Order: sequence, then structure tokens, then C-alpha cells
Amino acid sequence: MAATTLPWLTELPDLAERISAAKKSAPDFLELSMLANTRLSFLRTDQLATLLKRQFPVPPANGLVAEPIRMAILGSSTTKNLHAGIKAAALRRRMYVDIYEPDFGQYWNDLLNSGSPLYEFQPNVVLFTFDARYLTRGFDVTQDRAAAAAELKEVLVHLEACWARAREAFDALVLQQTVLPIFSELLGQNEHLLAGSKAHVVRTINSAIPERARAAGVSLVAVDAFATRGGVGAWHSEAFWHQAKQEIANSATPLYGDLVMRLVAARYGRSAKCMVLDLDNTLWGGVIGDDGLEGIRLGQGSAEGEAFAAFQSYAKALSGCGIILAVCSKNDEANALAPFERHPDMVLRRADIACFVANWDDKATNIRLIAKTLNIGLDSLVFVDDNPFERNLLRRELPMVITPEIPEDPGLVAQWLADAGFFETIAITAEDKQRTAQYQANATRASLAASVTDMDSYLASLQMRLVCRPFDEVGLPRIAQLINKSNQFNLTTRRYGEDNLHAVIADPNAVGLQLRLIDKFGDNGMIAVLILKRSGESAVIDTWLMSCRVLKRRVEEASLALLVQEARKFGSRRILGQYRPTEKKVMVAGHYTALGFSPLTERRDNEGIWYQLTLDGYTAPDLPMNIELAAGAAETTGP
Amino acid sequence: MSDTAILVKLTEILRDIFDNYSLVVTLETTALDVPGWDSIAQINLLTAVEAEYGIEFSAREMDQLLNIGDLVSAVARHTRR
Repeated sequence: MAATTLPWLTELPDLAERISAAKKSAPDFLELSMLANTRLSFLRTDQLATLLKRQFPVPPANGLVAEPIRMAILGSSTTKNLHAGIKAAALRRRMYVDIYEPDFGQYWNDLLNSGSPLYEFQPNVVLFTFDARYLTRGFDVTQDRAAAAAELKEVLVHLEACWARAREAFDALVLQQTVLPIFSELLGQNEHLLAGSKAHVVRTINSAIPERARAAGVSLVAVDAFATRGGVGAWHSEAFWHQAKQEIANSATPLYGDLVMRLVAARYGRSAKCMVLDLDNTLWGGVIGDDGLEGIRLGQGSAEGEAFAAFQSYAKALSGCGIILAVCSKNDEANALAPFERHPDMVLRRADIACFVANWDDKATNIRLIAKTLNIGLDSLVFVDDNPFERNLLRRELPMVITPEIPEDPGLVAQWLADAGFFETIAITAEDKQRTAQYQANATRASLAASVTDMDSYLASLQMRLVCRPFDEVGLPRIAQLINKSNQFNLTTRRYGEDNLHAVIADPNAVGLQLRLIDKFGDNGMIAVLILKRSGESAVIDTWLMSCRVLKRRVEEASLALLVQEARKFGSRRILGQYRPTEKKVMVAGHYTALGFSPLTERRDNEGIWYQLTLDGYTAPDLPMNIELAAGAAETTGP
Repeated sequence: MSDTAILVKLTEILRDIFDNYSLVVTLETTALDVPGWDSIAQINLLTAVEAEYGIEFSAREMDQLLNIGDLVSAVARHTRR
């Protein structure tokens, strides 16, 4: 049964006791989630799901990472036994699932009838799980090729009809479980000569589903792929089928639930985005600092060395799929870099690593640094390290980082991680794509930033365009949103409603600017808002806020150049800036001095600290971006 | 493994499955004696027992399990082979 366990999760020796203790304690969603993050057997999975149901009959108010899931399981045989595995897998991800399933065999009626309980339930995830006997019931070994082809078409048309119906009716994420290859061959290896052979037909259906699923934006629960590797016997028991019409055997349900929930989690952007790799005994055999370039085992010459090279190839292929690679190693940096630069059998090169950290700090500190450098959440990192000590340390210090168990044999690591499915993707529609594009562009920028050392050449390579527009009706809602939401990069934290902003537009002694930043990876949207007011011979910066996403891209300097331009139009001699400190915005404490302003000692009030810049001496710096001035868009369209 | 040891282990599993830690069973106990012991619980029990001992029951064996004693004998048969 090893083929359906969850070996990448940690084994908790006192799991049974911990479950008992949780049972007697006040409901604690995070504790239950921690327990679900261990290597659960079917029995423990079932216990945990029961406990969850009792302590959290409704979704917890805090601790969830995504909206509660309402999942409809539409199947052809017994699927009740799938619930516990799905719920435990959701719990593992700090998600919560309510499950609905129709009466036995009634899925199609439910789908067709808009008055059915299914419609009342309004699922946001629909899982179709059809057992092999059901899907192949129209095939018969005596059929000729034409009859079998006609039947195949009918099956596929039905699947597509199910998907379309679920999409139309519920706008749900649609999942289709592939067909479990449970049938024995009838005559042998040339089974494809029998057009209606069920063993053959299951293969045909499974190879026909992906293209259609892709076109329909349907994601696959690919049990066939797992069953092919681990043996279908781990998934299906004839005895249990005959006993209870359970196609997926209980013992496989913890894994089945995980396969389902990793797709749902991917839908909510919860898949990992970056693999953080240790070096010694993870990417090569031996210790580079002790064994030297010639002494480490990597590539040709030993089976172990080949296995390490194969693991590197896996990591490299992942990076080709958009997964960011990082290195976190306890080493002198020069030693750590040597194989990347000089070992002939290294598959990974320095350029493949977006963030390379080798020093003697503890790994938790370094991994925090990596997440910060790449500008991604700690919970989107997978940390791969052969050393159990480092893994345990990281689990304790940074439980949100995914730290899988690793097999000792380097040759098994790639498949092990692949089975864990940390980087799961889903079939995405055009709309989904749009939503994720912006984030991906950010990640790419971050990885580019980490791979070039010269910041200016990096910024130049971004081909940035800063588009500046006076406040206008079109922009007002977003301007108001930023003004009322921004805390960190916000010099004065003055909150204004749309009425106040209308007043700014109308006031000849005030000007409001909205800034948008576009680069080669995409449009960052509106990223800065400035309000400048004339006051005698001075121009006062009433509001200066910026999105932290575009920090360190010299947008501050460009903004100042724009402010100076406006101040000159006012005929001002100097610009006054004000910093009103709050706890959250220490980051902008040095903002004005960094831009060449000097503190105004004669003006210190409870309104914060004032700075001034005289316009005579100011010339705009060379900036790695094009600044474009656009006219405000009027409320009405037309000339 | 002795029948007694098997019965102790089965009791542990039954308590976990039925979430009842005062549950006491004997060789004569049947599904009718334990609240909640329906067909689903029966499959869950058999799955857990198979996993515990690394064995697999045949369909015939499953049909012939009428009380706890039958289950103890079935486990004993597999583990003593």
C-alpha cells in the first residue's frame, strides 16, 4: 500500500495521542491543520475529519487562506469514502470544504434539474468521478471498430456535456477524475486489436480526455498516472468494490483527497512558486568545503553522481515551467559557487538560481531573506534539504514554508517531490490568465532583480514607462482607494473622499497627479498619487503615496521631477514636504533627505517634520524610465 | 501473534473508528451490538485492520465475518502464514 501514502509529510510518532488531546481541547483550527500536515493513514484521516466536523461544523472565522469551498462530488458509485481524505487535505492547506453529493447514481438528474439540491448548494468546485465499469458499460468485446468508436464518442460527448453544464450553472472549478485502469486484458499484449476490450477502452478514454479538458478549462485528477506508477492494486480492491461499490479503496483516499485539494488550492493561487535548494548532499554528493571540486560526487563516474545530476535536471526542468529556484546553503560563498562555475557535470548554472544565499547564518534567517528578495510569501517556498536537522529547524521556525521529508537515495528525490505536487497548476481560462499575469510579472521582475547585480542596468532592462496624468474622473475611484488604504509609503496619511478630490481638480491652486508604471513584464496599474498645493511662494506636498510594489525602481525621483515641474508652473520658489510619522511607515522616514531636501528647523509642529527643496538648484536626474505626460480623461467621452 | 493481542489491537482500532474510548468488545460482539456500525464503518474497519497488519482480505473472507471472533481468526490466519 506504500504507493498511496503521503511520504513527503512528516511522521508524528504521537499522532494518536495528539488527536485525542485535540478532541478534549477547545477547537483550534491551526492545531488541527498542523496534525493534518503529517503522514496520515486512512484511519487517522477519518478521525481527523470526524473531529473537524465536530469542532468546526461551520468554517472557522480566522485562519483560512481562501474562501470556504463548496464541493459537489458527482459520481457513479460510492463516493462517501472520499470525503474524509478531501477534508483532511483541505485542512492541511488551511482551507475548509463542505461537500454535497447526490443520491446514488443521480448526478445527471441533479445537473439537469435546476430545482435540485445541487443547485441549492451552489458549488464552487464540481468533481466528476466516474468508475471504470460505469464509463465503459456501453463497450463490449464483440463490437467492431465502428461500433466501439461510436460508443467512445458518446462517452466523451457526455463528459463534455457534464463539464459544460457545471460551468454554466455554477461558474465552478470543474475537476474530472481520469479513469482508473482496473480491467484485466482479455487476450494479452495486443489488446488494442479488440476495439471493444475494456482494458483497451480505458486507455483510449484517458488519452482522449486531456485535450478536451484543456479546451473546456477542466482540470484532471489524474489517478491513472499514479496508478500506473504505483500499481492499481494500491488504488482499487476488488473485494471492497464487491462489498461496497467503492472504486477508490479507502486506503487510497488520503492521497486522493490531496490530489483533489492541490488543484483547488492552485485555483486559489496557493501552489508553491519557488524551490529553495540546499547544496551539499542535495545537489551533489559530499561536502564541497571539505571534498573540493574534484571530491564531490556529481555526474559521470558513479551511480550516485548520476542520480544527483538527474535531480538537478528535474530542478532545471521545473525552472523551465516558471518555478523559481533559490539556493540556501551553509557554506562559504566562494566554495558554494565553485561547482556552479567550474564543475563540468553541473546541470544547474548560476543563472538558473534567482537567489543564491550561502553563508553561516541559520537557514530560517536566510530563507526569510530569500522570500523577501524574491518578493514572494514564505508559504510559496518549498525547502529541499537532505539534512533532517535543518528540516526540523525550519519547520519549527517557519512552519509556513513547505518543508517536505526527503528520501535518502538522491535518485528518488525528484519523483518523491513530483508526487507531492507542490507546484500543481490548473487548466486556466483566459480570465484566470489575466488575473495571474500581473503576479507572474512581479515574480519575473523579482527573479531578474536577483540575477543581476547592477541595479541600474536591471532597471534599464525593464523598459519602464511612467505615465503621469492629472486627476480625472476615470481615475478617481482608484485614487480614493489608494489614498484611504496606503499606510506604509504614505508621507502624510491624509484620507480624502471623492468629494475632496473633486475639489482638488477644481482648485487652480492645487494639482493632483496619478502615476502608472508599465514595464516589459506588464502594467503595474496606478502606483502613486501626488497632491501639490500652492501656498504663497511655496508649493506644499499635501499627499505623496506610492505602492510598495514599485519600491527601488527610482519612481520616487521621477515623482519629484514631476512635482518640481508643477511647482514651477505655480511660480513657486521652493517645495515643502512633510513627514507625519506613524508606526507603519518608518520606511519613509528618510524619504525627503534622500531626495535632497533639507529639514526645516524653523517649522516643527505636531503636524510632523517639514523639509524644503529650493527649485533654483534642482535639475532632474537621469532616470531609467520614460516619463510620459498625458492629459486627464474627461468624464464624458467624445471630443 | 496471540488472539488476545489481536483482540486488544482490534479494540483500539474500533475505539478510534467509533470515536468511543470506553468501547469494550468480546469475541462474540457483532455489528448490531455497537451503535454506528453500519456498512461504511465495516469497510473502514477492514481497511484499518488491513493497514495495521499489512494484509488483504478476500471477498469471501469479508462475507464470512459475522462477529469479532471471526475477524480475530481471519487476522490470525493471515499473520501466521
